[in-house]
Amino acid sequence: MSYKLPIGNWVAAGVDWLEHNDHGLFDKIGKIIDASTGAIESGLAFIPFWLLAAIFIGIGFWRLGWKFALFCAASFLLIDNMGFANQTVVTLALIFSATLISLALGIPFGIWAGRNDRAEAVIRPILDFMQTMPAFVYLIPAAMFFGLGRVPGVIATVIFAMPPVVRLTSLGIRQVNKEQVEAGIAFGCTPTQLLLKVQIPSAMANLFAGINQTIMMALSMVIIASMVGAGGLGNDVLSSISRLDIGLGFESGLGVVLLAIMLDRITESFGVKRKVN
Amino acid sequence: MNTTSNAARSNEATEAKVVVKNLYKVFGNKPDVAMQMLYDGKHKDEVLRQTGQVVGVLDASFEINKGEIFVLMGLSGSGKSTLIRLLNRLIEPSAGSVIVDGEDVAKMSTDKLLNLRRKDMSMVFQSFALLPHRTVVENAAFGLEIAGVDVKERERRAMEVLEQVGLHTFAKHMPSQLSGGMQQRVGLARALTVNPSLMLMDEAFSALDPLRRTEMQDVLMKLQQEQKRTIVFVSHDLDEALRIGNRICIMEGGRVVQVGTSDDILQRPADEYVKAFFNGVDTNKYLTAKDVAQKEQVTIFERPDDLANGFSAALERMRIYDRVYAFVLDEQHKVLGVVSAESLMACANKSGAKLRDAILPDKTAIPSNMPLNEVMKKVVEYACPLPVIDENGEYIGAITKTVLLRKLCKEKLA
Ligand SMILES: Nc1ncnc2c1ncn2[C@@H]1O[C@H](COP(=O)(O)OP(=O)(O)O)[C@@H](O)[C@H]1O
Ligand SMILES: [Mg+2]
Repeated sequence: MSYKLPIGNWVAAGVDWLEHNDHGLFDKIGKIIDASTGAIESGLAFIPFWLLAAIFIGIGFWRLGWKFALFCAASFLLIDNMGFANQTVVTLALIFSATLISLALGIPFGIWAGRNDRAEAVIRPILDFMQTMPAFVYLIPAAMFFGLGRVPGVIATVIFAMPPVVRLTSLGIRQVNKEQVEAGIAFGCTPTQLLLKVQIPSAMANLFAGINQTIMMALSMVIIASMVGAGGLGNDVLSSISRLDIGLGFESGLGVVLLAIMLDRITESFGVKRKVN
Repeated sequence: MNTTSNAARSNEATEAKVVVKNLYKVFGNKPDVAMQMLYDGKHKDEVLRQTGQVVGVLDASFEINKGEIFVLMGLSGSGKSTLIRLLNRLIEPSAGSVIVDGEDVAKMSTDKLLNLRRKDMSMVFQSFALLPHRTVVENAAFGLEIAGVDVKERERRAMEVLEQVGLHTFAKHMPSQLSGGMQQRVGLARALTVNPSLMLMDEAFSALDPLRRTEMQDVLMKLQQEQKRTIVFVSHDLDEALRIGNRICIMEGGRVVQVGTSDDILQRPADEYVKAFFNGVDTNKYLTAKDVAQKEQVTIFERPDDLANGFSAALERMRIYDRVYAFVLDEQHKVLGVVSAESLMACANKSGAKLRDAILPDKTAIPSNMPLNEVMKKVVEYACPLPVIDENGEYIGAITKTVLLRKLCKEKLA
């Protein structure tokens, strides 16, 4: 057992090689992500905090009733009172952009894996890897390729948050009743028609469960991503740790929790309502 | 337009709609190897053992006539579902041909196949297979939607068909709000909306309870009377096959063992398998109470104004007809109950007794459409003969043990 496989060295060398031979690819990706996240963030920042709160309260009332609307109102008041209004907007922007990218990549992959056994066989272990690797390990190469700031934060978040939506989309498509699929084909569906009119609508409940999980994982990762300077509520959490400030730690943590509950219940309600129908 | 096509169809009554020739289906990753072994005369079990390939359909050849209901029968796993799916190529054939209206489905281009499925061939499924996120009318219009017909037109046509199957008032409901029988009416409507000349039904009514099943068979027969389509109907229920099938095709282990009318098959079973299949046929199921009810019974009308006279008149008539029991009816011919000579005499001696008081305590009536095997259970239960009533509750006759036994013996001998 004296010889140690240099796995770490290999990966480091690979990352190093990529960094020097990407012909500006990462630069371009970084610019695109930075621009879009920036746009979302400034878009959200453009919305006053009270309007953001009103949107949450409104959706909460629509999907879950007045009790939950009241909870949203109380949460936003508390967040504002603790002085986290701006950070919350930044965190939401990060979650929003990371989720959008995760879904834009994850849903097509999920559909592919759902319809093709070989694709599923390849994608599955990759997803397991992405999900079980400790989250902040992604921060290192992300920071190396994209520098510090919100771009590596978003990218690390995307990697961490994408697996559930891929998995559940694939599962949803695989779980569509066999005779329903046969009915689609028997009435003359092309593969695209089959996907759009039979498979995806039937997989909707699973798809929404996947989106919900992806948002929740994005939230948890966005906090960690403050280590590479992504900003938002995570910054407060991080500085409370470095200063051993229990008070700040609890307050910023509470902000995250409230945000998590609101996002979770609201996105979950979309999936559940569909299941009932 | 319907009348002309009907006439055209009946002229071609004996023409073949579908010709299946030497059709094979091998499930697995090495169908060629398996096919070679089958051509070399190897048994399918040996093919499975040596290559792991499952033979689903084995050298099937038969013809389906225009406008007939062709029932595929066989035990579970005999290849019925596979065979019916080879007809519209939901399953790719391994060898052989499926010629529908002169064209080989097995060799058809994708475009042509899609067109055939959209325009002229549809399917009804055992689990109904409705799309849960669509309303009844959207489900019924599905085939036309896929074919690119615009919303207005396809929903108009779907509504017409929903009306035919008695579901137009449920058009805006979701499938989950309907009972199983109603859901399958939607399944049937979906298949009919494209107005196909060939309909495939895989155990379409098997998931329904016996009552609904018969009801759906009647719906199908009625539709078939209005417009003759060619229907391939998979069933494992013999009663169903005998009831609706013009011809029956018996399958065993992927093979077609016999094709013929039910009489053909009953009288000249091709082998022991077929014979065993039909041994279970319970002819009593096809007879109902009204087929054996006897009209020659003594019936007594109860008149409210009648006082004592009723008893002796009744007794006298029972003596003339040599009956021990008589049936008491009201003026609307509704059965009030059964009286016996004994109960009448007992009451006749009491002062102030009415005809009603002579009615025997355990009274029951048999609906005229009750199957004979259930009638038997009832008759055994009671000492007296049982009155048979129609759907309005009116008396139409009675069943006694003797009559029933005689009838059953005759059926068994025939
Ligand atoms: N996709 C499949 N893969 C492998 N074997 C199959 C497949 N579909 C059916 N079979 C086999 O083919 C045979 C016939 O099945 P099926 O047509 O479903 O029978 P039935 O409808 O008469 O019950 C069975 O032995 C079944 O196990
Ligand atoms: Mg079957």
